[in-house]
Amino acid sequence: MRIIKFLLQKEFLQIFRNKGMLPIIFLMPVVQLVVLSFAATYELREVDFHLVDYDQSTASQQLVNKFQASGYFKLKSRSSDVDEGLQKIRANNVRMVMVIPQDFDQQLSSGRGTSVQMNIDAVDGVTAGLIQGYGRSIIQDFSSEVQPTLSNIQLSSQSQQGIEITPASWYNPNLDYINYMVPGILVVLVSMIGMFLSGMNIVREREIGTIEQLNVTPIKRYQFITGKLLPFWIIGLFELGLGLAIARFGFNIPFVGSVWLLFAIAGIYLLVVEGIGLFISTITNTQQQAMFIAWFIMVVFILMGGLFTPIESMPPWAQDLTLVNPISYFIKIMRMVLLKGAGWAEVQHLVVGLTLMAALILPAAIFRYRKSTS
Amino acid sequence: MQAFKGFVIKEFKQIYRDKRTLLVLFGMPIIQMLLFGFAIRNEVENAKVMVLDASHDQVTRQLISKIDASNYFAIEGEIQRYDQIEELFQQGEIDEVLVFESDFARKLNRGEKPTVNIITDASNPNLAQLIQQYSSSIIVDFQQRLADNSKLQRGGITTNVNMLFNPKLESVNLFVPGLIAVILMLISALMTSISITREKEMGNMEILLVSPLRPGQIIIGKVLPYLVLAFVNVLTVLALARWVFEVPFRGSYGLFLAESLLFIFTALALGVFISTRANDQQTAMMVSLAGLLLPTVLLSGFIFPISSMPVILQWISNIIPARWFLIIVRSIMLKDSGLLLVWKETLILAVMTIGFIALSVRSFKVRLE
Repeated sequence: MRIIKFLLQKEFLQIFRNKGMLPIIFLMPVVQLVVLSFAATYELREVDFHLVDYDQSTASQQLVNKFQASGYFKLKSRSSDVDEGLQKIRANNVRMVMVIPQDFDQQLSSGRGTSVQMNIDAVDGVTAGLIQGYGRSIIQDFSSEVQPTLSNIQLSSQSQQGIEITPASWYNPNLDYINYMVPGILVVLVSMIGMFLSGMNIVREREIGTIEQLNVTPIKRYQFITGKLLPFWIIGLFELGLGLAIARFGFNIPFVGSVWLLFAIAGIYLLVVEGIGLFISTITNTQQQAMFIAWFIMVVFILMGGLFTPIESMPPWAQDLTLVNPISYFIKIMRMVLLKGAGWAEVQHLVVGLTLMAALILPAAIFRYRKSTS
Repeated sequence: MQAFKGFVIKEFKQIYRDKRTLLVLFGMPIIQMLLFGFAIRNEVENAKVMVLDASHDQVTRQLISKIDASNYFAIEGEIQRYDQIEELFQQGEIDEVLVFESDFARKLNRGEKPTVNIITDASNPNLAQLIQQYSSSIIVDFQQRLADNSKLQRGGITTNVNMLFNPKLESVNLFVPGLIAVILMLISALMTSISITREKEMGNMEILLVSPLRPGQIIIGKVLPYLVLAFVNVLTVLALARWVFEVPFRGSYGLFLAESLLFIFTALALGVFISTRANDQQTAMMVSLAGLLLPTVLLSGFIFPISSMPVILQWISNIIPARWFLIIVRSIMLKDSGLLLVWKETLILAVMTIGFIALSVRSFKVRLE
């Protein structure tokens, strides 16, 4: 016990003495959490569009005004040449080119029907889909607005008919993406700190040569590993607490579920992440190698963990891969507990998964670590 | 010059002798590209829908099968009571519930407006927004077709939509160019920052400083092997994009390679800058890994469009080099844009590169403390 205490003291001294690292460990995650959580949204803001109006009539002008008034579209430029508009899309100046045909007003008032063309920059498919959705509904609205003024009563009674659609968003009525992203990004930040720091630790001692000094001491294997893991475990939990405090009081995210349950699960989760870091540390010779592997694993875990893109959208084989991705487990747990108020009964199967991972990776790391040098 | 040549040869040997790192450097971008290229999708596919149908008539049945037939949705089944919804969402297996009012068809025929309630599990707001939008547009479409059938010519405006450059709205076409930027940025910045701080930490920097090499030569010598390496990565990743993912390449290969080279320079210069400020490998790594990873992924427009972000973040994103490279790559690959259309972004990258180099020269210490 005393040996572990000394080892801990040494590790903590080393961490807090390194003035270059302190802000990276404690400040950077906070800054990233606060700033980056706002970035993760598909919400449609002002779309700049180019107008090619061959009609130049009151009706076409009304339609354009309606587009502008919606708040989603902003007229950036106009010309009488479609190619000029397309060139503007190529130069990324506008994202949509609207073309109104020559006899728009006349066709419309004679009740014959006409058309409007929307050319959308579809490189970003999701945004393009939203632009199309909003654009279509504005045109539809406009169409039904002008119609009663020119048609007979029978038609106007016809336009009364229809289906009323009432959307409802449960758990998050305003579709506030901040509530959704903050817990997820917090998980990533805590995991990065945990995995990178523990991943670099032993291999650093090896590269500098101090590992031999530790090897010739009577320190046992489990004591050594404990001394290496515990400091980052404590730091990880501390950062989680800090992040949750920011989420609660800074972002005003209502915590529906139990925070204590979350901390208990985080304890297990951090063991898994650090176990992976430690394992990498034992199979590499230089910090460079260790970092590169840790980076690779981290990027795979993050991008396939359901943080930014939904797991349901992935092909089945990739969904199966998330079964061995601890980050996806913990993100799911965080969101379920914090946002939906899930309790132990709902998350227990996920916790069992995490525990299994910890039970596999930790012994593997301890087994791989040898006190003798080859 | 002789000394410089010798130094460069030494650097190349040192890197190419370390087979394990080399394997990692060449292999991992390929694996990542394959993994993410196939797995990262943000289009909605087969969102799981439950139906609560109180009327069970012809119209609701038609509408349900129309929704089921679309690629976006899969009808999972039917529930009988409203209070079952809560339980379904808690388990997290269902994304959306459609609730039809009773006497749906009769009300529709009588000219009243029957209600369909689209309830989404908005604990994932991004997904909820998309599926809400999709389901209401299917319903609107359905309703229009009903109206068209019941009346003859109606007039009004039809909307013709052209999806340019990516007609099927495939997210692969968006993500693959993005992956190139992220992979290049992180590899180049990470590797250079580590390799220079490593010399510091091992004490070899002193030896290099007292050698006849000038500081600039030392840095160039250190960076050159990684330049070659990163360029090979560009070629492999490009080959994967072309032949495995079949992302269209409409622009000029020459321009693409030149821009990639410029971006590699930017990333390398950033790596050098980090290494002149950090004293040990650990710090350099944490900055270039933990510090660059999330901002590069989130603020470059790789997954989430920059135009959707709050204005302040749009400002901040200006300092992320990957943002500009992404615009360039997507424009060249998908839109066949020439240099005339992306000169602004190119200029910004060039200025950034020069800026990082200038900063590194200023903070490069030729003396020991």
